[in-house]
Amino acid sequence: MSGFAKPLKIALGLAVVAALIVVPMNFNRYGLFILSQWAVMSIAAMGLNLTLGYAGQVSLAQGAFVGIGAYAAAIMTTHGWPLPAAILVAIALSFAVGWVLGYPALRVQHHYLAFVTLAFSTLAFLVFRNESWLTGGIYGISNIPRPHIFGIATNKPLPFYYVCLGSLAIVSLAVWWLIRSPWGRAFMALRENPLRAQSLGVDTRHYTLMAFAIGSALGGVAGALYAPLTQYIDPVPFNLSLSLDLLMMVIVGGAGFYFGPFLGAMIAVLLPEWLRFTEGYYLMLYAIAVMLLLIWSPTGILGILDRYLAERRTKAASALRAVAKSRLETAQ
Amino acid sequence: MSAVLEVTDIKKSFGGIHAVNGVSFDVREGEILGLIGPNGCGKSTLFNCILGQLTPSGGEVKLDGKLVTGLRPSELNKLGVSRTFQLLQVFPKLSVRENLILAGQEHQGNMASRLVGRSDAGLTDAANQMIGFFKLDHLADEPAGGLSYGQQKLLDAAMAFMGGPRLVLLDEPAGGVNPSMLADLKERLVAINREKNATFVVIEHNMEFVMSLCSRVMVMAEGKVLAMGRPDEVRKNPAVIEAYLGH
Repeated sequence: MSGFAKPLKIALGLAVVAALIVVPMNFNRYGLFILSQWAVMSIAAMGLNLTLGYAGQVSLAQGAFVGIGAYAAAIMTTHGWPLPAAILVAIALSFAVGWVLGYPALRVQHHYLAFVTLAFSTLAFLVFRNESWLTGGIYGISNIPRPHIFGIATNKPLPFYYVCLGSLAIVSLAVWWLIRSPWGRAFMALRENPLRAQSLGVDTRHYTLMAFAIGSALGGVAGALYAPLTQYIDPVPFNLSLSLDLLMMVIVGGAGFYFGPFLGAMIAVLLPEWLRFTEGYYLMLYAIAVMLLLIWSPTGILGILDRYLAERRTKAASALRAVAKSRLETAQ
Repeated sequence: MSAVLEVTDIKKSFGGIHAVNGVSFDVREGEILGLIGPNGCGKSTLFNCILGQLTPSGGEVKLDGKLVTGLRPSELNKLGVSRTFQLLQVFPKLSVRENLILAGQEHQGNMASRLVGRSDAGLTDAANQMIGFFKLDHLADEPAGGLSYGQQKLLDAAMAFMGGPRLVLLDEPAGGVNPSMLADLKERLVAINREKNATFVVIEHNMEFVMSLCSRVMVMAEGKVLAMGRPDEVRKNPAVIEAYLGH
C-alpha cells in the first residue's frame, strides 16, 4: 500500500471506519449477524496471518484455537463470569497451547508442519465432542449470555456488533504495532531466511514459539466473541474446515499483507451471501472464483495491488533515470 | 597479541566421512586470517562448527579464553561473532535498510524493549551510515531481492557488521563479485579492520584477494591443516603447491 500518499490513506481509513460504524445502523438482524461474523473471523485470520503470513509457519489449527476460545467463553459466561474475564482466560489458554504447538515447528517445516497442526486440530475437535462433562458434547452449550459493557446491555444485534467491531479495532492496532516493531521484523526474518536470522543474533526459537502463541491467542479472542455472537456452540463449527476456511481467508486476501485478513474474511463471509441468488450453484461459483484468483495471483488480492504499485514505482524510477541520463548527455 | 579465537582439535564426521579431522589454530586480535584449500576440504564445515550451526563431533572452541562450543548461532552472535555466507543470504522481501536494521536490532535492548520500543530499535542512522559506507545509497529502499548478485554480496557483508562484531567469519566474500566492486569490498574490509579493530577470518579462492588482504594464511586439505603462515611463505610451500595452488 506504500504507493498512496499519506493523507489519502488516512482519509480512506477514516471513511471505512465511519462507514463500518454508521451504515449498519439500518441493517436487519441477519445483516448485523453477518457483519459481526466478519469482524470475528477477521480477528482469527489476523492471528493466522501473523503465524503464516509474517512468520512463515504453516498452521492448520487456527480453527481449533477459535474453538478453545469459544468453549472457554461459553463455559465461563454461562457460570456467571463476565465476558472480559473470559476473553482474558481465552487469550491465556490459547497462548499457552499455541506456544506448545510451536515446538514441532522448531523441528519440522512446511507440509510436515501442516500435518502436525492438522492432527492437533482433529485432537481439539475430539476433545470438544467427547469430553461432555466440560463441553456438553454433541449437545453443545446453549444460552450463552451477551455481556454488559459499561452498564450497557448488548443483547440486541447492533450493540453486540459494536462489541465485535471495537474488539477488531483493538486487535488491529495491537497487530499493527507488533508487525512494525523489531518483533515483526524478526518474524519476517523467520519466513525469509531463518539461517541468516540466527547468525544475526535472532533467537529463532523464541520468535517461532511467539509467532505460534500470539497468532493462536488471536484465534482465542475470536472464539471468545463467537460464542456470545451465536449464543450457542457445538463442536461442528470448530472442525478442520474452519481451519481451512481461515487459511483460505489469509491466502485469498494476501498472506503477509496487513489488510489481507480483513479482505479475505470479507470474501469468505460475505461472498456466499451475495451469491445466494444463484441458489444451489453458489458454492461452485465461489470455488471457481477462488481458483481463478489464485492462478492469476498466488499472492492473493493484495498481491495484485502490490504488483501494480511496484510496477508503477519502477516505471517512475526508470523515467527519472532516463531524464537524468539525457541531461548528462546534453551537458557533455 | 592475544588470541580472540582458539580452536582445538575440531572434528566433524558425516557418517564415515571425516569432513574436518582434527583442526587446531588460533586467530589473533585484529588480524585478517585467510583460509584456503581445494573444494570439499572442510573449510565451510569448519566455519559451521565454530559458529554453532553444526555440532562438532569433537574438540573445542574458545572465544576470548571462554569455552563456547555448542552455543547456538544466535548466542554466539550476541557475544560478538558474526559471519557472511558462501551463497547469498539476505532477506529478499525486506528493503536494504530493513535488512540492516534487522541485522543490528537483536543487539539493542531486550525482548521487551524490542516489543514496546521504537520500531527501528534506534538503528536508522546506523543503517544509513552502513549503506553509505558500502555505497548502496541509491538502493536503500529497494527490496534486497531486486539487487544484483554483487550488490547482495555487499549487503550480506554490511549486515555482518551491523552488530559491531569483534570477530567476523567471511565465507567466500569475493565469489561472483566483479573486479571493481571487489576492490571496493577489500577497501571496506581493511577500513573496518583498522578503525573498529575487528578481527576477520576469510575463506576465499581468489588468491590475489587473499594474498593482498590477509596477514596470515591457513591452508586446509582433506579436513586437516596443511600449512599456516605469512602469504609469501605459504605460496612457496611445496605441499601447498602440490595440493592446491598448482605448478
